[in-house]
Amino acid sequence: MTKTYRFTCIVCPLGCSIEVRIEDGKVIGVTGHTCPRGQEWAVEEATNPRRVVMSVVPVEGGALPTVSVKTAEPVPKELIPELMKFLAGLKLKAPVEIGEVVAEWNGIKIVATRGA
Amino acid sequence: MFPEIPMLNYDVVVIGGGPAGMAAAVRAKELGLNVLLLDENDYLGGILPQCIHPGFGLHYFREELTGPEFAARFAKRLVELGVEYRTAARVMEIRNYSDLEKVVIFTSPSGAYQAWAKAVIYAAGARERHAFEIGIVGDRVAGVYTAGEAQTLMDIYGIMPGREVVIVGSGDVGLIMARRFALEGAKVKAVIELMPYPGGLARNVMILRDFDIPLYLSHKVVEVRGRGRVERVKVVKVDENLNEIPGSEFWIEADTLIISAGLVPSVKKLTAIGVEIDPSTGGPVVNDRLETSVPGVFVAGNALLINDLVDYVAEQGELAAEGAKEFIENGGIESRKWIWVEKGENVRLLAPHRLSGERDVYLYLRVARPMEDIELRIPEVGKRVKLSLATPAEMLRVKLKAEEVRNAEKLTVEVVRE
Repeated sequence: MTKTYRFTCIVCPLGCSIEVRIEDGKVIGVTGHTCPRGQEWAVEEATNPRRVVMSVVPVEGGALPTVSVKTAEPVPKELIPELMKFLAGLKLKAPVEIGEVVAEWNGIKIVATRGA
Repeated sequence: MFPEIPMLNYDVVVIGGGPAGMAAAVRAKELGLNVLLLDENDYLGGILPQCIHPGFGLHYFREELTGPEFAARFAKRLVELGVEYRTAARVMEIRNYSDLEKVVIFTSPSGAYQAWAKAVIYAAGARERHAFEIGIVGDRVAGVYTAGEAQTLMDIYGIMPGREVVIVGSGDVGLIMARRFALEGAKVKAVIELMPYPGGLARNVMILRDFDIPLYLSHKVVEVRGRGRVERVKVVKVDENLNEIPGSEFWIEADTLIISAGLVPSVKKLTAIGVEIDPSTGGPVVNDRLETSVPGVFVAGNALLINDLVDYVAEQGELAAEGAKEFIENGGIESRKWIWVEKGENVRLLAPHRLSGERDVYLYLRVARPMEDIELRIPEVGKRVKLSLATPAEMLRVKLKAEEVRNAEKLTVEVVRE
């Protein structure tokens, strides 16, 4: 079975319309890209989309009630709801330094992007 | 002048502690000026601390940061340099007694103060357009927020504003809030866009696909109904002239309506002292030091014009500080003559408006309609810059060298096909 994905490339502001065709889990064609980086991105987006995830976590004793956090690396898209559930269960105590690893989930570091 | 109010003295008072104001205060201090920074929030950074997504600082720091990270770098520098600042400080009024005598009257938790300064840098940002402004009628119910209000609630205070959400506006801010709501488990029932195309960058439009959020192009929200809280919103289709199409109405059930319909520069305190406003930017008319029509009053960031990159905002703050330094040292911004910059074909807005021709300058502009394979031209001086694409959503920034424009009487900027 062939599946066709259409993306507007986000690698640079040109915004090429790229098509990726996949048959039985294998990439059989990429069209519409104007550079190798765009091609690489589109294939990755079709076969294994990942996102850096941001959220906030409650913190006790800080100047603000939350600290913002991000994953240190992109997370597979289908795992994001599970990660959000994990983050929803977190509670931190001040002091938290910006850049500090405040938790780890499935080997992925959760980093504070705001101090408290 | 106000004997009952304690008096403070500075070279320059910066109003607004966001990226423009922090960059201005840092630069002013580096230039040896005695500076006070005021912000009405309880924390520095302006809107950045609530913008927890990445995409900030690629130009300025050459790395991709989140909003809080970008703000923290400037705040750190501010503290290292010993810049005096006050948070929870609300500016009541600016008074302009003479070119080198200005007063900023503000209140703070420790009382009211009058801060005298030779120059003022106004960096108070913008406000969001609200529901009434875009013609939404109906019940006055809880659950109607601007995108920024919802973002403050969620990402500063950790409060969820609602569970079933309709978002008005598919610009970057609206899309980013759609993602925040979806990530936090809310149901984003629709994003409603007036124009026939999405307003945001491609990487943010992708959010709709990521979370299966329906986008209604050429539609608008016209009415909100509910008892106490939003219960449903009425959506109608519009034609190519943005007129409502009769009979196309439908209702969406939701408990929350988020308005993300654009920003307007905050200029009230400037118009009160006679600063001339450019109707196309909504911000002041400025020269190439970002000085307004009132000598010694400078403006930077979204109070000048709506920027899309924080990097440009910080750049404007630094430029305004350099202007303040020159103003204080020379008793004014000097120029042999001012060259007026005018909008030509397909230019919707631009700043600065007057150039001295004595220093290099960045022109910031937006086009009126999307165009591919284009050239930015200034016919008077034979300047041509090739661009692959320009859309109204994206600001263009072009550098002009002093010697390129020095001998011109005026400049007309146009964006036309090659």
